[in-house]
Amino acid sequence: MTMLSVENLAVTRGGLPVLEGVSFALEAGHALVLRGPNGIGKTTLLRTLAGLQPALSGRISMPPETMAYAAHADGLKSTLSVTENLMFWASVYGTGAIDTALDRMNLRQLAERAAHSLSAGQKRRLGLARLLVTGRPVWVLDEPTVSLDAASVALFAEAVRAHLGSGGAALMATHIDLGLEEARVLDLAPFKARPPEEGGIAGSFDEAFA
Amino acid sequence: MIALLTRDLRLAVRAGGGFGLGLAFFLIVVTLVPFGVGPEGGVLARIAPGILWLGALLACLLSLDRIFALDFEDGSLDLLATAPIPLEGVVSVKAAAHWLTTGLPLVLAAPVFGVLLHLPQPAYFWLVVSLMLGTPALSVLGTFGAALTVGLKRGGLLLSLLVLPLYVPTLIFGAELVRRGANGMDTQVPLLMLAGITAACVAVVPFASAAAIRVNLR
Repeated sequence: MTMLSVENLAVTRGGLPVLEGVSFALEAGHALVLRGPNGIGKTTLLRTLAGLQPALSGRISMPPETMAYAAHADGLKSTLSVTENLMFWASVYGTGAIDTALDRMNLRQLAERAAHSLSAGQKRRLGLARLLVTGRPVWVLDEPTVSLDAASVALFAEAVRAHLGSGGAALMATHIDLGLEEARVLDLAPFKARPPEEGGIAGSFDEAFA
Repeated sequence: MIALLTRDLRLAVRAGGGFGLGLAFFLIVVTLVPFGVGPEGGVLARIAPGILWLGALLACLLSLDRIFALDFEDGSLDLLATAPIPLEGVVSVKAAAHWLTTGLPLVLAAPVFGVLLHLPQPAYFWLVVSLMLGTPALSVLGTFGAALTVGLKRGGLLLSLLVLPLYVPTLIFGAELVRRGANGMDTQVPLLMLAGITAACVAVVPFASAAAIRVNLR
């Protein structure tokens, strides 16, 4: 079953096209890793897929209410405890169960600690635990392994594998190898937007809204 | 949405949440006025409705820039925008949380502060009624201003400039309601106008705020 399909998508950053002609399909149980040099537009592509910004052209199709998005920032409230942070997202997504997520990301001992007293890697683990409590099948992840140590990366890879095994799908932008042999890699460099004089799409740069 | 409301209320009362800041500011403004205009009871009683309303309005303004700025900085706003709550609901809840932590304490404390300004006795009831009806509009309009300025560094001053003109109708009818109440005049017209302005703001402005956030998150 196709969870997410993208056809001929062009995305813009600050009103200027950065990627064009991006097409791929993501099936249930599969993962797709986006690669490409800094500034190629990985984050922009993921934000467009998450619906945070409009696409310049092309089509994104996925069933409604299936995506969970995780950005660079974890969206944690520093004065709330780990449990309170997770419970909040669990009730926003209407799932209400956080126990599995605490165990999967090895946060059980930290459950009552306030988020501001966590280390960068522990915060990241909490941010990733948020994905588990959403109960959404399609994960869209932007640099999920930043500031994680090797053991936590393995923990995260295990969580992704379990998610894929239960019929989920994952799309992530990452530079490191997660050890997920089932993941396909999509290099974004060939999709770099051409300037308009070479036949690329003209941007919609508008100073007032840039 | 209830989860968001309880989270925002919890954040407001925890360390660094700024709960009570508006109230303390209101108290200081009201205490400073007699120093400025002199302690003569007649003068103070005449200007008290306006001062109390101005103080409440400025106290409300004080905490506006926190409504979205903190969520924007730590990335929660992006995640909330992709969560299964409509953004219009998010901004309405944010406005409600702002009112509960800033507006409601002002309403409850205003009669006490009225004593400091020799507010005439019949005006106390109308002061509470007018603030109760008017402050929700201040929070909702303030949320709109906060949504417009959310991505800006040092957006607080711009926020005040954007929001204060929008507060004018509420201020006029709110203070007028208290003044008429104090003088024993007919209060129906300002009462209805104030209630109408608030009802219209609560109904319409969240859509504008949500649109502003969508543009700012791009």
